[in-house]
Parts: sequence; C-alpha cells; structure tokens
Amino acid sequence: MSVLASVSITVNGQVVQALVEPRTSLADFLRNDLGLTGTHLGCEMGVCGACLVLLEDRAVHACLMYAVQAHGLGVETIEGLSERRAIADLQQAFHERNALQCGFCTPGVLVTAYELLSNGACPSRAEIRDALSGNYCRCTGYEAIVDAIGQVARGRAKVPNTPAGCKIGSDTDETVS
Amino acid sequence: MSLSPHKPDSPNALIGRSVARPNAKRLLAGRGRYVTDIQLPRMLHAAFVRSPYAHANIVSIDTSCAATMRGVCLVATGEDLAKLCKPWVGTLDHFAGMKSPPQLPLAVGKVVWAGQAVVAVVAGTRAQAEDAIEHVAIEFEELEPVIDIDAARAIDATLINPDLGSNVAFHAKIESGNVEDAFRDAAAVIEKAYLFGRHTAVTLEPRAIIADYDPTEERLTVHHSTQTPYQFQDLYSRHYGLREARVRVVAPDVGGSFGMKLHVYHEDMAVVGLSIMSGRPVKFVADRIESFVSDIHARDHRIKARIAVEADGIIRGMDVDDVTAVGPFSTYPRTSVVEGNQVVRLIGAPYRFRNYRANLDVVFQNKVQTSQYRAVGHPIAFAVTEALVDSAARKLGIDPFEMRRRNIVTQDMYPYTSPTGYKFERLSHEACLDKLHALMDYPRLRREQAEFRRRGIHRGIGIAMFVEITNPSPAFYGVGGARISAQDGAVVKVTPSGEVHCLISVGEHGQGTETIVGQIIAEQLGIPMDAVRVFTGDTDITPHGGANWACRGAGIGGETALQAGRALKRNLLAVAAIILQARLEDLDMRDGEVVDAATGIPRISLAEIARICYFRSDTLPRDVTPQLSVAHHYSPKGYPFAFTNGVQACHVEVDVETGFVKILKVWVVEDCGRIINPMLVEEQVRGGVVQGLGAAFFEECLYSDNGQLRNGSLADYLVPMAGEMPDIEIAHVETPTLDTELGAKGCGEAGTAAASAAAMNAVNDAIAPLGVSVSQIPMTPQRLLRVLGYA
Ligand code: FES
Ligand code: FES
Repeated sequence: MSVLASVSITVNGQVVQALVEPRTSLADFLRNDLGLTGTHLGCEMGVCGACLVLLEDRAVHACLMYAVQAHGLGVETIEGLSERRAIADLQQAFHERNALQCGFCTPGVLVTAYELLSNGACPSRAEIRDALSGNYCRCTGYEAIVDAIGQVARGRAKVPNTPAGCKIGSDTDETVS
Repeated sequence: MSLSPHKPDSPNALIGRSVARPNAKRLLAGRGRYVTDIQLPRMLHAAFVRSPYAHANIVSIDTSCAATMRGVCLVATGEDLAKLCKPWVGTLDHFAGMKSPPQLPLAVGKVVWAGQAVVAVVAGTRAQAEDAIEHVAIEFEELEPVIDIDAARAIDATLINPDLGSNVAFHAKIESGNVEDAFRDAAAVIEKAYLFGRHTAVTLEPRAIIADYDPTEERLTVHHSTQTPYQFQDLYSRHYGLREARVRVVAPDVGGSFGMKLHVYHEDMAVVGLSIMSGRPVKFVADRIESFVSDIHARDHRIKARIAVEADGIIRGMDVDDVTAVGPFSTYPRTSVVEGNQVVRLIGAPYRFRNYRANLDVVFQNKVQTSQYRAVGHPIAFAVTEALVDSAARKLGIDPFEMRRRNIVTQDMYPYTSPTGYKFERLSHEACLDKLHALMDYPRLRREQAEFRRRGIHRGIGIAMFVEITNPSPAFYGVGGARISAQDGAVVKVTPSGEVHCLISVGEHGQGTETIVGQIIAEQLGIPMDAVRVFTGDTDITPHGGANWACRGAGIGGETALQAGRALKRNLLAVAAIILQARLEDLDMRDGEVVDAATGIPRISLAEIARICYFRSDTLPRDVTPQLSVAHHYSPKGYPFAFTNGVQACHVEVDVETGFVKILKVWVVEDCGRIINPMLVEEQVRGGVVQGLGAAFFEECLYSDNGQLRNGSLADYLVPMAGEMPDIEIAHVETPTLDTELGAKGCGEAGTAAASAAAMNAVNDAIAPLGVSVSQIPMTPQRLLRVLGYA
C-alpha cells in the first residue's frame, strides 16, 4: 500500500517526528497517534468546527488537512492552549456561565474564541455570533457561549460589563427608530 | 434532625442555587473521555457495506476478495451474525394490535432502507476496513420502494413486511365527549392540514461503541455512547445469551444524546457479535454520513385537524387525524408508535374542552426508522393545537393571550384528567401566561408591530402553550413488557476522611445530572459540594436504574439521591448520638460537622465519625455496627407522569420578498416544579428551544422518490448556528409535585416542546395581513414564498 511519509511537526511546543500514511488527516494524527483527543471530529468536511486547532496560531480544520501538510509547522491543540494557560479566562467564564453541556464542540469553540480575541478585539454580540458561524453546537443554543466570550472580551479590554457586548447595541435592534 | 430540603436560607442550602458544574472543567481542558477517544489494546475497527437501495432482495454476497485485504481480520454477513444473535421485535403489549417484523444486526435476504448495513468488515484500522468494504460484491434485485404515506396504505401497495399483511404498524382511536354535536352548533370551525418533516438528532458526537468480549471469562464490556447503559446490559445479555452479571456497559462522556442514543441500532448489535466472533475489542464510530442514514429520524407526520369554537372564543372541541410514517419496522425496544401516540394524546392538553376525537395511523415505509427524539410528539401536538387556537382567535377577533385565558384548565380544576386520559396533578397556566405577558412587554410589541406594518415591515408575535410529560412511571414502558426501568438506585458512602461518594443510575451527558445529584446529597448531609463525588454511567458500579429518558433525571434520579442522602444522614446521626451520648433528635449536620440542632454548636466532625467507625470500631459498643454506606432505590408511585407546563413566545420579522425569517427573540416561562439549579434549567430550556427552532426553520431529511436521502451531510442538512439564533429570555413558575419530597419535575424537553409552535404562530401573525398562512415545518424561504404567492 502507500509508502509512509516522515513528518516533523511542533505540537504544543514540542517537536514530534513520526511516520504517517500520507492520507492520514491532521485530526486523526493528533487523536490516534499522539493521543490528543481534545480535538474532536463531528463532520470531517469542514463545517462543524469540532476539529479546530491552531496552525501557526491561526485556526484551521484538522479534518481538512493531512498531517503531512503540517510538516515543519507549529500546531497547537486545546491541550496546549490549556496547559500554557492561554485561555484560562475563557475556560473560567465558560465554566461559570455553563457555556457548554456535552462539551464535544467546546475545544473548537474555544479555539474560535481564542482567535477572535487574540488581536485585542472587543466584539459585539452580533460579531461574536458571526465569528461562531463555523461552530456547530447541538446542546447550548449558543447564548451562553456568546455571553461567556463577551464577558472575557470586556474583561481583557477592561470595559465595564454591559450585556450587549463591548459596543452599544444588541443582536436584535427592536426599537422603532 | 431537620429534613426540609427546600429552604433556600437554611444553613446547608444548595438546592435552588446556580452551582457551576464541577465536571465541566475537564471538558473545557480537552480532557473529556468520549467513546470516540477510547483505544483498547488489540482493538479492531468495523466498517459496514450499506445498501444503496431503499428496497431490494439480496441475490448474492461475495466477501472473498475483501477477506484477503491488508489488515482485515473478519468479514461477517447477516447470516453469520444471525447464528449468534436472537432477533428482536419492536412492539409493546400496551399498544394493542401493533405489528413489527423481527430484526437482526445485518440484513438477511433483503434490504429495507437505503443505508442499511449488509456486511461488516473488521480490520486493524478504520481506514483498512473502509478499503476492504469497497471489495465486497453484493448483487441486489431492486423492489418497488414504498416511500409515500398514502401509497403505503393503498390496497395494492407493495408490502415491506409481507408476513404482516399490510404496511400499517399501528392504529388507534380516541373518542371523548360528543364531537359531532360540538362541531354542529359551533360559531366557527377552522380546519387545516399540517405537515411536519422528518428531522434527526445530529448529536455532535456521533454514535460510538466499543464491544470487548473476553472468551476466557465469557465477559462482555461495552463502552457505549448511550443514555441507557442498564437497558443495553439487559439487551446484550439476552440477545447474545450472555450471563447478565458478566455484561458491563459503560457510558463515559457522551457527546449529546437527546433521545437518539437509547435505541437499538443494527450496527451496535453487530459490533457485539463481531467482538464475540473475533475475541478482540471492536470499535465502531458512525461517520456523519452514516449517522444521517442510520440514526433514528423523528416526526414525519401529516395531520388534518379542526377546531370548533363559540362566538366568545370558548373551544367546543377538536377532531384530529394523524398519519405518520416510521420506517420499515418499529424501533426496539421503545417502538416507533410512541410519538404518534403522544401527538394525539397531547393535542389540546392546556385547554379544558371535553369533546375530542383523534385517529392515528402509523405506517411502514422504506426509509430509516423513526423513534423518540427530544420532546417526542410534543412539538407536533402543540404546533397543531396552537395554530388552531390562533386561527380561531384571529377569525373571532380575540387577542391570542385572551383567547388562551378563556380556555385553559384553571387552578380550581385540579387534579384534572384530560379527555385523552392524562392526569394533571397541578399546572400553572394562568401564572405562566401573566408572567410571559409582562416579560415580553406584550403591549409594547403590539404597538411596535403596528408601526412597523405601516412601513411595510412584517413582524409577527407567536404564543404557544405546552404541557410536558416528565417523571414517567412504569406506565410508560414497563406495563407494555419492556425491560426499561422507571426506578433509580443510588449508593452513597462515606470515605474514611469524611467525604462522600454517590454512585447513581441516572447519567450525565452535559445536562448537569452529576451536579444536581451532588447538590442534593451535599445539602442532605450538610457538607460542601466539593466533598461529594458523583459516579454515573457504569453498570458494574451503580445500582440498576432507568437512567436518562423522558425528562426523569432530576425528578426521579434527584429524589433517589435525596432519599439516599437522608438515609445515610440517619445512619451517621445514629452513630454520632452513641459516640456523643446524645439524643439523635437533638443533632443535625452542618458544614461537615454534627451539630447541636438547636444551637448549631459543633459536636463532632463527619471526618471524626468516619475515623472512629472505620479504624477504631473497637471503641464503639458491641452491638453497634455503623452503616456508612447506604444503597437506596426510589420508584415513582403517585401520578403516572409528572406533567409540567409553560408558555413560549417568538418574535420574528418576515422578509416577504425573499421568504427569509429573522428570529428576533424568544421568551419562555416554564414550570418544572422545584428547581434544583436555575442556571442548568435555563440552559436546558435554551438548548431545547434552539432544537425546536431548527425544526421550525431549517432541519429536514429530504428523500428522493426512490428513497434516497438527498441531504445526508452537515453541509446539506441545515442545523441552527449561532448567527441565526436569538437570545432567549426565561422566567419560572414553581409548582412542585407533591408526589416526592424534592418536588422536581423534568425540564429537558420544555424548550423543544413549543418552540416550533410559537415560531409558526409568529410567522403566521406576520403574514396574516397578506391573507395567507403557513402550516408546514420547516418553514423554509421557498415554502414561505410559495404561500406568499411568489413561487
Ligand atoms: S470535523 Fe472538522 S469541521 Fe467538522
Ligand atoms: S455542548 Fe454539546 S455540542 Fe456544544
């Protein structure tokens, strides 16, 4: 069958060298070969966001990439983000606000939130919902996730907590102008 | 000793508090352990060859080529597994006259839906198994597929199950009062047909199972992403002829379930047999496309209904005909007729009219099986009821709130038995309506709506009331012969340092079961929450119980925990009384100490009692053997079900040019009895509402005329995403059930129960000035354009 390919990938700060089948997806490599099972698979076609990881600090779908494509690059998973405490405030806010139920979408959602807030942005509720447009969650109904991300954004920006998000105005402008 | 569980100001109070879920931290760090994550030594992987046809005879199967492929250990056909596995039949005795054919893990002789598993290949990796299934050669002879519900019932219809003599699985009729009279003298009659598409659960974690049979001990361990491990322990044991005590089913973290993960699936049964055949662990994880063609679907009802009203809006009666198609057979072990049964029994439930007639036909078709999924029947029953009530109100010029106030079952009427035989202990329709009216600022919304209309913007407000079946007694399944428990059990034990373990048969899938059980136990024992550790989801360690279905976790599991906690408290105080030479009645437990009940002065810590009992029992009197572990079972005995109730409102804006609907906001007022953890209840409701909105606007399993699922992927089947979903405001009314000490009822299905009903009423309110209405969900832009006359 197929010849094995040699890859060298920096995963969560550590260089990993391995022989993989060229058809192995990055998600399968992380999960099956490295035991990093925090990266989940929900659709294997790039629509649910359960498999999001960071490649060179940008969110990518690990289900849509082959492991060999990450050769020579840096990959960070939910395990790495947790261990270097890069998302501790998000995790705490999600916990307190119960922004997860079964937790299967949660690693991907946290990767999206990490990226959304990484440039010091302070998004409105509508912008948070928009940023989550590639994260399917069957359990929560999303509102608690939006609340938790908004709270962290405001916390990081030291903006007083208003439920509408950093900017004034809400998702649904219901007033008659 | 004080036993009151629900004084929020009492020293130990935890019931009623929004405690965050301790077990969620693990999931937030990517440390969840779902079945999909588990790898066992020497584990093999299964993949299935599936039928490309909805209805066909199997002429021949050739597996010889696949069997020689790299990594392949085993190839099994339907006949191979039929030698090991006893067939199952999805009927229950209390559904008189229902029929369904016997089923086996893999197709034998014939396939009855497109996607049915025919041959299993077991290999070292999933990729190898998938490579090999390409090389299994199966010759089919196509048969006429039975797809349409009318064609299925035609006199000359092709029979899916010739031995049963027809394609009708079940028929039921309900007649109460005098429907003919009610309609004859009515001031107005509204009649309409309603269509409800098929949709499915789409849990983000697909179905996943690892069966591990050890022939040396004849022991089977199954890691299973399921809601009901005890039910599966029973089924695997009986269908494979294994000793029950040697079958262990473990449900670790479960990535969503919603009723979908408690049915018998053919692949899952096959995997058990494949492990027995190979003597090695075998794993199967459905990929998303397999999920769409093999997970149960739900709904698929066509209802013709009419309502008769008096001039003042009083409902005189309703008359309903429901036809539902359920796939080629009835699902095991809970059947596929429960949904239809609940539709016809729940229609009209919030209202006090007595003249009711319903006809239910459940028919077979060549599509994947349908069965129980979140809110079973409720969304359909209340969409029909509430659409009829709104139509009548509109015709008579009565405001929707007022129309409902005039017709609801009121406080003076409880206990109340509905015309369909449901017994309501006490519901709170008046309070819920009043609260909703204030919560949404209804008068303001109506003023705004009028103003928007003048500017050509079509906003709509929809109200929908509901009642929900929770805390089921054996009346649900047990009386029909199903070995599905309505009781739960818990073991509560003290560790030597005075902390507590609770092993309980209700499970955790993210709804917060372990948290509320911890709250209840900690409150009973007067210890901090973090001194309690709760274990669920393993048939080897917890007592047998019903686990999670029909919103029973809080009401039945919670009461089990409460009673078990109190029993342990009695035991602890009994020993403390001996050690302290005090009277048991004078003692209580607070903050981890046994205290003087009157003054609260600490007398001895729980840790010290445990130390003495476990390590220095020699210091206790000879006749004293302290019982620091308690096993306790609780089964519901009073009302057959604890009904809950509530009312939802949906606010939408319909773009009449494009058919797109913007959901502006949803409000829910619900009454699930005693609330153990308000935050968790609200998040159940929100998640439930969004699933209902998915059904209302997006989700539908679309089939071609020859029975092929046309949109079986997450790119084609639309699910609700964050951008389209509104904020959801929630308020509560608390009417505890008096059947239990705890007083809790269920809340997991309340959101779904009426969300699509409120949405349909809102859309119809928006487009009513245009003289049109919609009566089909999902309300896709295309369908709305059609009713608006554009398409
Ligand atoms: S698994 Fe990668 S997006 Fe769904
Ligand atoms: S928490 Fe279950 S899918 Fe999001």
